Amino acid sequence: MAIDERRAGGGGRLPGAIGRRFATLAAAGRPGFVPYVTAGFPSLAHTAELLAGLAEAGADVIELGVPFSDPVADGPTIQRSCQRALEAGTTLDGVLDALARFRSRSDVPVVVFSYLNPLHSRGIGTFLREAADAGADGLLVTDLPVGADPALEAQLVQSPLDSVRLAAPTTPPGRLAEIARASQGFLYYVARTGVTGARAELRNELAEELSAVRALSPRPVAAGFGISSPAQARVVGAVADAAVVGSALVDRLEEAGVESAVELARALRRALD
Amino acid sequence: MAGGERGEPGRFGGYGGRYVPETLVPALDELSVAYAAASADPEFASGLDALAAKYVGRPTPLYRARRLEAACGVAPVHLKREDLNHTGAHKINNTLGQAMLALRMGKPRIIAETGAGQHGVATATACALFDLDCVVYMGVEDIERQSLNVHRMGLLGAEVRPVASGAGTLKDATNEALRDWVANVGNTHYVIGSVVGPHPFPRIVRDFQAVIGREARRQFLEAEGRLPVAVVACVGGGSNAMGMFHAFVDDEGVDLIGVEAAGHGVGTGKSSASLAEGRPGVLHGSLSYLLQDDDGQVRPAHSAAAGLDYPGVGPEHAHLKDSGRARYVSVGDAEAQEAFRLLARLEGIVPALESAHALAWVQEAGRRGSLEGPVAVCLSGRGDKDVGRGDGGRGWRGD
Repeated sequence: MAIDERRAGGGGRLPGAIGRRFATLAAAGRPGFVPYVTAGFPSLAHTAELLAGLAEAGADVIELGVPFSDPVADGPTIQRSCQRALEAGTTLDGVLDALARFRSRSDVPVVVFSYLNPLHSRGIGTFLREAADAGADGLLVTDLPVGADPALEAQLVQSPLDSVRLAAPTTPPGRLAEIARASQGFLYYVARTGVTGARAELRNELAEELSAVRALSPRPVAAGFGISSPAQARVVGAVADAAVVGSALVDRLEEAGVESAVELARALRRALD
Repeated sequence: MAGGERGEPGRFGGYGGRYVPETLVPALDELSVAYAAASADPEFASGLDALAAKYVGRPTPLYRARRLEAACGVAPVHLKREDLNHTGAHKINNTLGQAMLALRMGKPRIIAETGAGQHGVATATACALFDLDCVVYMGVEDIERQSLNVHRMGLLGAEVRPVASGAGTLKDATNEALRDWVANVGNTHYVIGSVVGPHPFPRIVRDFQAVIGREARRQFLEAEGRLPVAVVACVGGGSNAMGMFHAFVDDEGVDLIGVEAAGHGVGTGKSSASLAEGRPGVLHGSLSYLLQDDDGQVRPAHSAAAGLDYPGVGPEHAHLKDSGRARYVSVGDAEAQEAFRLLARLEGIVPALESAHALAWVQEAGRRGSLEGPVAVCLSGRGDKDVGRGDGGRGWRGD
């Protein structure tokens, strides 16, 4: 993979930790590995262990999910993890506290991944300050598409956090360009039309779509949704700047515990090299 | 985010909007365009009007309920008989319109959520008529308490998919319908059943339901020679209320009164009164009043009436509340069940338990002496589905 200076920063500002990490990856010609974790599943103590393990396994950026009662973009695995995290008493303060503890021991960039309502309930301005103080590097709001709320989106763009935006296979080209311009840190490409969840097959069109998206995007492009095995991660890593793996890790955590999930993360990282 | 006027399309005051996963944005754009084109097409309107007249049975009567008046101490009280629509509720006004939009967009598959099953039945009916595939998501709790409508949907050729997540009620069914739409948006139209969801749904559903208030206003003037002092309707998501209110919004002397379901009572933690107890939040694609905890997690709603058992409410109601144009009150399970029995005994009309909330408020306000006629009440649906739950049914007793 060629070194591409364009991909380092973005949005007319100095690259943050996420941009620097992608620049390092690009310089080394390696695709990035971006694991997703539902904070508080099955408990915040497990999340702390898992975050440390993922950093050690070579995660380039970690997506830390804020559990929500009504995760409409998520399939059964992440729905269940959210429900159990909430049953275990996980709060937004608890999530930020786990993040701050992780940050004191690791410099792996973290993108907070959330539905809008928990952040809106806290107050966006307050949340952005608290998340930055806790050491978050980026924010991705699942149900805030580009253009939905310009005043709110302006707050996100002006915050110290990178505002990571999503594009999907249904997004038409003109809008795709708009989303690519708006996204900070990296652009998250939804690899399939559907909710999150591990899948046996990747779509045939994915490689072609990703090459078109990367041509449009001034920032690196990470692909996620449905990537579950090291073999799939390798395929995606060949055509994207990073592969995001969520449900497969959450499934493994649920079935076999933190050590086993970290083991899967190592295998995914190896497959991408 | 809340409050304040905003120029963006799809906003009611600061409420509404389009807070959805990116995957759905193009479909919502497509729907907005298709709806604008249909609205400008006289053939669309005449097609829908013809169906309303010959298939649905519109205009529905405005009926003066004299024995109810005597019992409530309010007169005159006119009932807008949406229960007499084909399929037994106002829901068909919306589903026929949206099915026609789906045909215009070339989408052969329809999905819907349902609580009481009235919207599910109305969607299944429209799909049978227009030869569209139909999948209806319904919470397992609601399947149990509204089983008559589950059978009706099956008979009409729809597939009812049970939803076990959460409390197994309307909110959970809506989550699952949204997930289906995200996965199948290319060939599927989501017929949302109330004035909720992302833009343009709250507007489209209101427009299709506005026929209720247009007819009622004209009929009221014919019957009484004046406008009502109060127009009353139950509010879950709020589609019958919005449909009833819309024609009266500019009539300054007419009080608009929305009756939410208080369940076990406001403040007990077992109610569906989002406007009374909620605060602004984002659920199912729009910003509106929402029952939620301090951390922004959605609180489960409760009502004996499955169609009102929802923690959110349409964004236009949120705006009407904040602007003071409409007033929102609430009635508990027990009062609604009493009104259900009362209307059956006094007028020979078995109302839906949902609609009984509006009747119960009129009765209560009349007894308190705080309401004088003339009044128009939207009787949004009939209560066959609620019959037989008087002995041991949880929904009926409200526990």
